[in-house]
Amino acid sequence: MLIDWFTVGAQTLNFLLLVGLMKRFLYRPILQAIDEREKRIAAELSAAAAKMAQAQQQYNEFQHNNQVFGQERAQRLQQAVADAEAERQRLMTAARQAADTLSAQRLESLRSEAQNLHQTIRQRTQQEVFAIARKTLADLAETGLEERLGELFIRRLRALEGQDKAVLAQACQSAAEPALLRSAVALPEAQRVALQQAVNETFSAQVPLQFVTAPDLVSGLELSVNGQKVAWSIDDYLTSLEQAVAALLPNADAPETQPQPNANEQGS
Amino acid sequence: MHLSPDEIIFWQYGFVKLNATIVYTWGLLLVLTVGAKLITCQLSTSLQRSRWQNFLEIIVTGIVQQIAEVGLRHPKNYLGFLGTLFLFIAAANLCTVIPGYEPPTGSLSTTVALALCVFVAVPWFGIENQGLRGYLKTFLEPTWIMLPFNIISELSRTLALAVRLFGNMMSGAMIIAILLTITPFLFPIVMTLLGLLTGMVQAYIFSILAAVYIAAALGDRKRKTPSPPLPAAKT
Repeated sequence: MLIDWFTVGAQTLNFLLLVGLMKRFLYRPILQAIDEREKRIAAELSAAAAKMAQAQQQYNEFQHNNQVFGQERAQRLQQAVADAEAERQRLMTAARQAADTLSAQRLESLRSEAQNLHQTIRQRTQQEVFAIARKTLADLAETGLEERLGELFIRRLRALEGQDKAVLAQACQSAAEPALLRSAVALPEAQRVALQQAVNETFSAQVPLQFVTAPDLVSGLELSVNGQKVAWSIDDYLTSLEQAVAALLPNADAPETQPQPNANEQGS
Repeated sequence: MHLSPDEIIFWQYGFVKLNATIVYTWGLLLVLTVGAKLITCQLSTSLQRSRWQNFLEIIVTGIVQQIAEVGLRHPKNYLGFLGTLFLFIAAANLCTVIPGYEPPTGSLSTTVALALCVFVAVPWFGIENQGLRGYLKTFLEPTWIMLPFNIISELSRTLALAVRLFGNMMSGAMIIAILLTITPFLFPIVMTLLGLLTGMVQAYIFSILAAVYIAAALGDRKRKTPSPPLPAAKT
């Protein structure tokens, strides 16, 4: 008999015991380890997916920010270029204006200096010329000349007519103070009498005269009363001459600097 | 020359005896249990793990995959029974390379014990899954006329399981023993290697057939049950 039923029973028990032992020591730990590993891997994959999603989101944000930054940078760069260009234009305009102003100031200064120089030269020339003339005439002035001047003054006084004479007569009559008769040198008594008489006759009234010596007249006489004046002296001629020279000097200087005389351009 | 390791009796007291089948089975139990305990006591749940753990995981997941391919929906529920069937038979057959070793599967008592376990396990899982009524209903499929044939099939396949494994293992050991007397050196080695292959195939066949029977009893197979492989052709 190949089948031993005791052995069959024992082997059955042995097998069932082995089933229990294998479940306890093999299948359960192995399956548990596999499950835990799968859970861990699943968790890691989930975490990785979450991190991936987060990274993708951050990447998108970064891309967006980078794009915005690039656009903003371009705009600011463009704005900076425009500002720099505007500032350059402003500075160039200001510099040009400053240069123009400085140039105008310098030109004006040069012109002013030239005018001052010309004015100084003219005045000094006039002063020298007239000083020489006055000195010469003063040296030449003598009694005879003064007498001739007195006669000449009397003749011109008598020759007054019309409005001038009426105005002077009115002034003599209304004057509270004596009429002032100025001469370059002291007049002799006879000439003073002749002058008093000529004045009285001319204005048909007793006009008190006060004789004053005034060397600046150079040579001549001057009658002034109550703001009105009648005179004849070489100084008048010299003054007229001075005015004529002063009027001529700017034009006279022009040919030296410019082909065409121009008072304004002469000073430049 | 012993036809079965049952004949090698170390100790006997009346009906109770301690033969080679039982002793070698205890040895296998000890080796399998201690080996599993030693490997699983330092299991790692991280990606870094030992080679032995990898080896056991491959075996266990392979068994689970095979059970799932048979058509059982929850293969881990049957892993304890079917996996232990495979491991026990495979270990018993692989140890034939050890000189002086007598495989317990070469004993008809052992194969009958295993076949009886399957014979009990099939209705056990079937009733557990779909109830007694549902399980008994499977004997009426596809029609009630098939009832006696299904009952005969249930009994005969249990007998076939036991005899197939016993015949293959006993004949392998017998052939090697006979060839040792004829051609002492080369040919027995080749036959031993072939016996290892045959032992593994038989372990696979026994486990798969048990799984197929359980799946048929459960009635939840997704695909048509392949026809049970014929007993391995005797080499």
